[in-house]
Amino acid sequence: MSNDTFRDLSQNPLVQRLGVPRIPVLRRHAVGAPLLDGPAVVGAIGAGRFAEPVRALLEEAGVTETTEGKVAAVVLDATAATTLDDLSAAQAFLTPAVKRLAPNGRLLVLAPEPSDDPEAAAVAHAFDGIVRSAAKEVRAGATANLLVVTPDADVASSVRFFLSGRSAYVDGQVVHVGAPVGPPPAESDEEHPLAGRVAVVTGAARGIGAAIAETLARDGATIVAVDVPAAGESLAAVANRTGGTALQLDITAADAADRLLAHLRERHGRVDVVVHNAGITRDKLLANMDADRWNAVLAVNLRAQLAINAALLGSDLLSDTGRIVCVASTSGIAGNRGQTNYAASKAGVIGMVRALAPQVAAKGVTVNAVAPGFIETAMTATMPLATREGGRRINSLRQGGLPVDVAETVGWLGRAESGGVTGQVVRVCGQSLIGA
Amino acid sequence: MTRSARQAAVIGGNRIPFARANGAYAQATNLDMLTATLDGLAARFGLAGERIGEVAGGAVLKHSRDRDLTRESVLGSRLSPATPAYDVQQACGTGLETAVLVANKIALGQIESGIAAGVDTASDAPVALNDDLRRVLMRLNGARSLGERLRAIAGIRPGQVVPEIPRNAEPRTGLSMGEHAALTALEWHVGREAQDELAAASHRNLAAAYERGFFDDLVTPFLGLTRDQNLRADSTAEKLARLKPVFGGPDGTMTAGNSTPLTDGASAVLLGSDEWAAEHRLPVLAHVVDAETAAVDFVHGGDGLLTAPVHAVPRLLERNGLTLQDFDFYEIHEAFASTVLATLAAWEDPAFAKERLGLDAPLGAIDRSRLNVAGSSLATGHPFAATGGRIVATLAKLLHEKGRDTGNRGRGLISLCAAGGQGVVAILEAA
Ligand SMILES: NC(=O)c1ccc[n+]([C@@H]2O[C@H](COP(=O)([O-])OP(=O)(O)OC[C@H]3O[C@@H](n4cnc5c(N)ncnc54)[C@H](O)[C@@H]3O)[C@@H](O)[C@H]2O)c1
Repeated sequence: MSNDTFRDLSQNPLVQRLGVPRIPVLRRHAVGAPLLDGPAVVGAIGAGRFAEPVRALLEEAGVTETTEGKVAAVVLDATAATTLDDLSAAQAFLTPAVKRLAPNGRLLVLAPEPSDDPEAAAVAHAFDGIVRSAAKEVRAGATANLLVVTPDADVASSVRFFLSGRSAYVDGQVVHVGAPVGPPPAESDEEHPLAGRVAVVTGAARGIGAAIAETLARDGATIVAVDVPAAGESLAAVANRTGGTALQLDITAADAADRLLAHLRERHGRVDVVVHNAGITRDKLLANMDADRWNAVLAVNLRAQLAINAALLGSDLLSDTGRIVCVASTSGIAGNRGQTNYAASKAGVIGMVRALAPQVAAKGVTVNAVAPGFIETAMTATMPLATREGGRRINSLRQGGLPVDVAETVGWLGRAESGGVTGQVVRVCGQSLIGA
Repeated sequence: MTRSARQAAVIGGNRIPFARANGAYAQATNLDMLTATLDGLAARFGLAGERIGEVAGGAVLKHSRDRDLTRESVLGSRLSPATPAYDVQQACGTGLETAVLVANKIALGQIESGIAAGVDTASDAPVALNDDLRRVLMRLNGARSLGERLRAIAGIRPGQVVPEIPRNAEPRTGLSMGEHAALTALEWHVGREAQDELAAASHRNLAAAYERGFFDDLVTPFLGLTRDQNLRADSTAEKLARLKPVFGGPDGTMTAGNSTPLTDGASAVLLGSDEWAAEHRLPVLAHVVDAETAAVDFVHGGDGLLTAPVHAVPRLLERNGLTLQDFDFYEIHEAFASTVLATLAAWEDPAFAKERLGLDAPLGAIDRSRLNVAGSSLATGHPFAATGGRIVATLAKLLHEKGRDTGNRGRGLISLCAAGGQGVVAILEAA
């Protein structure tokens, strides 16, 4: 049972006969699960250079290509599209293909970065509109996402993520992928894509942070789980479950960055993935806001991240495949009544990510944000029913996401192979209408 | 003296916040608390699934179901089930004695890593059957026929149904520990004011240590308790002066404020060889240099029940060629404020030195600013067998911090008195 009773009820045929729409049960990654649970169809516009590598990737993952019947994924390489005629070709391919998309299917389009030529730029950007609209049309847990790529991009880890069950709640997103920063990483095992990597997760005692720790550990990472000393009991449980270590630390303490770095230096000698997940809310309308609420939220959600990033980047601890992943929020994109402080911090995180990414690329380091929408946690379970139901349903997948959905997205960005993705803000929101 | 080739390293520790009896851990058993404490230690040092050389642990108040309590705790914890364990019991000295045992095995090369632990609950203390009733029930258990069984049951008398509640009293004198301590306080002329000041300092030091995050890597919350329940951060000697005496009669000097309360809690210390620590990328905070245990005849001789450390420390100093003033930190367990003060007074007394310790000169006074600087039992509370582990981990971290900040390889002295007229003392040195 999930804690979404309505979704569970809607699986019942009797309930469906009353005209109640069925809320899809999303396909999520399980250990040992195949990339896709059915065949795929791959198309290309003109001389797209990504269709062949994608086919090779699918073949390696045991996915066959088929021209008939249901498909688990539709991939279109539109990177060579420059004219409106190319756009017509895209429609000619997509219409029949999308019709064949099975429940929990994946539509993934690769489009070029807009060029200086007005028509080519228009066509490139047109895919943005196509994919966001298609995401609202595809049904039964299927998603549509867009990769905007440069010719020298390495898209493999991103293609895998978006086709797999790991991206279950990532829908209608546009992600830019470029040439990888840093040296090409050693091939990693797809079952343990984070093997050998040391990952710090703040706010790991519960909720989304605990799921991130567990998911990264499942994928092979060694976890340093950080949370406030008062949360130590559940933090210890997370650390022991993941075979990692617990570091009881208030990230807003004046010496927090020093203590974190000292711990990393002593226990691991380095760090590969840093997940800034700890966050708090202290809601109040702006007209009634006080400095304490304002400063408390900014201190945890933004100031601590800035301080830790500065300390890490000023040290030799972050490896040359370092990945910084910041947890933002759709409130930081769309705003939310009563959350000027929280939205300031989360929008601030997005600003920080965009500024930092180009500065650290030369070190092989990427910096990205994930912005969760409505995620089912202890926090959302205590919301008033109407607010909770509203939050759950106003997205293309008509349900809340799970902490693991955020965690899987963090895992993808944390991979050494994801060096081509930096400065991005990826929403994990089921294509929520909020902040679309 | 002959020195072993290596000294055991103190890598770190973990304890749960100590709770007042019938407080936050009223429903927790020794097994629950010790298991949680081992799990917290495993989490801090990444020991989930790790085989440790051994775990030595114990409790002073034990149920019959607590047989092999430490091994059962290991089995319930995240440590590898291939980790052996055994129980030790030496009254309040248990927690330090386990550390000495584990450190000695490491020094001898018999094990590379070990955990010393202790736990006690005064809330879930074993209530025993009245001895007469127990005999009847044993007879019933052994009865072979219905007739024998009926005869055995007919032997039960109403008076036998009154249970035996464990008392914190010496079996041989019938006096409680507080009453014994009051006698010693009187003997050494330990005044009320000095006791209240020591108690206030304990609370003040513990509160300050929490404030600066000192316990962030020494304590893991348990059952919603995040700090020692007995801590009164706003305690002062003036406030304590208002309390009525509880031991030593109406003119007594010992109150509930300058005596430790009954407490529930558990602690554990991770020890290992330097090599094991390095292989596991774990820090070495301090080394266990040496230890000594003494016992006194408090029944027939003239010694106070809790004065054995007075004798143990001079022997330990002599063996190590040290004076009492050669220490950066003193951790003297605060069973009662008067115990600490009587101990210090005895070390300063020339006549006592000559007559009872066989020394030409007394050990002398200590720099009181180095005493129990992160608080001690008056503030934390004193779950008997857990106190030794609390002190070892606290002192090791104090030494480590001082070494890091000043480059000084400091030294610390631990002194723990115990019921039964025993005392366990030890020296740690910064790594
Ligand atoms: N739940 C949602 O729907 C949702 C939506 C959008 C964004 N988010 C973001 O996701 C992140 C995790 O959210 P959650 O729902 O799991 O929240 P949560 O409250 O369940 O967990 C947050 C964790 O951060 C820890 N933390 C708080 N202050 C800290 C500090 N100073 N130092 C160290 N740790 C600290 C807390 O102790 C807690 O364990 C937050 O950044 C939150 O803003 C959540």
